[in-house]
Amino acid sequence: MSNHPSLLINNLAFAYPDGNQALYGVNLRVEKGERVALLGPNGAGKTTLVLHMNGIHQTMQGEVFIAGEKVDSKNKDSIRNIRSKVGIVFQDPDDQLFMPTVGEDVAFGPYNMGVRGDELEAVVDYALKLVGMSEFKDRPPHHLSFGQRRRVAVATVLAMKPEILVMDEPSSNLDPASRRELADILRSLDVTIVMVTHDLPYAHELCERAVILSGGIIVADDKTESILKNEKLLGTHRLELPVGFTLS
Amino acid sequence: MHSLPSHVKIVAVLSFVLVVVSTPITYWPAFVGFLILVIASSLAGKISLLTLSKRALIEVPFIFFAVLMPFVGTGERFELGPFNLYRDGLLAGLSIVAKGTLGVLSAVILSTTTTAREILRGLERLRLPLIMVQIASFMLRYINVISDEMERMRIARQSRGFDATGIKHWKVIATSAAALFIRSYERGERVHLAMLSRGFDGELPHTEVKSVGYSAWLRALSIPAFALLISIFFRMNG
Repeated sequence: MSNHPSLLINNLAFAYPDGNQALYGVNLRVEKGERVALLGPNGAGKTTLVLHMNGIHQTMQGEVFIAGEKVDSKNKDSIRNIRSKVGIVFQDPDDQLFMPTVGEDVAFGPYNMGVRGDELEAVVDYALKLVGMSEFKDRPPHHLSFGQRRRVAVATVLAMKPEILVMDEPSSNLDPASRRELADILRSLDVTIVMVTHDLPYAHELCERAVILSGGIIVADDKTESILKNEKLLGTHRLELPVGFTLS
Repeated sequence: MHSLPSHVKIVAVLSFVLVVVSTPITYWPAFVGFLILVIASSLAGKISLLTLSKRALIEVPFIFFAVLMPFVGTGERFELGPFNLYRDGLLAGLSIVAKGTLGVLSAVILSTTTTAREILRGLERLRLPLIMVQIASFMLRYINVISDEMERMRIARQSRGFDATGIKHWKVIATSAAALFIRSYERGERVHLAMLSRGFDGELPHTEVKSVGYSAWLRALSIPAFALLISIFFRMNG
């Protein structure tokens, strides 16, 4: 198992039921332990791609493999296993945190995987510790700051001990300190990360490699640094570095 | 009282209310006894009578019609000061006010000594259909999110010079309500997606059941039992 890539996508195409085609043949391979930034303008199909990784969207054409296991949304047993391997952190933590307390929310995923009792307790404590939120275990999510809620959202998927962590705009709406704290946490994790973002400096800070998804295909796949230095490439796909930002 | 398990408290409150409503209003000394019981348990729960009565004010709109009852109706009439009242109406009105107030007071004691979350847990243990408990707990979680959203929409309206003052503004309010509804609906879909992504298959985690000793039941149920004794006593001597 260990030499399988964490994520392998072969020629994936997808159209919504209304006929709107979002993906036109995506190929992507992410090795174990890699941190990859998935860049792309609004409407490029990033979220659609992410929802294929755990079988929320059924593949129409092409294949997706997680650690060598094929994502097949019709196979109930396999999909449960896939969803425990792919931890998706959604953009709005209020969408993700729905249980009355932080601790119960972190327990939700492992509970669905059949973890109970002391083991469940231990895994919740472990995940909250990873994101530095242990003392908030019994608090309701709406009493936390936005940055804290995002960290708890990360904990809710870490509790499932995922093979791959997929984050949708992890830095959005965070103040600079929360942004840095989250970066420190992400760097400390020993897990494959795919990070969907427009925040190019953040991608540069955290990810060695970046891919650009535009118009439903992968148009660039390279070291983050070389992609961000290629102004022409960025410009063609509606991406820009912030004014005054230079790569060091 | 704070430490009693919530489902025990819910059962106690419900049975107390049951005893109260099944006692006819004509045995009024029994109701004095019930009130004393409520006040005593409130004090035992370290709830000041001021807090208790303040929170019970929620009842006021509901008893409004009960207060009108003696003035309308049919049957025997009698004079009370400047008023000409119907006897049946007065009794029915009094009955609603007295029983309603006792019910509200005991519910206030329950809600003051128990968090909303605990009450839901209690209902779950009392085998209330799981779907109802789940709906209530989602409501509990998102009511703040949605009221914040509503507040932001109100501020955004005001910032563009809109203040709802009269009926001609209802259209704007209605449109905002519709927008809020759509947004909440879409949020519901996103929450569901996030739940599916963590392996949700239609069943929310249960809270682990710890068995409750007899002493807790005994302590909690002593109140409705006492109420029942009062009720029977005054009925036999009434």
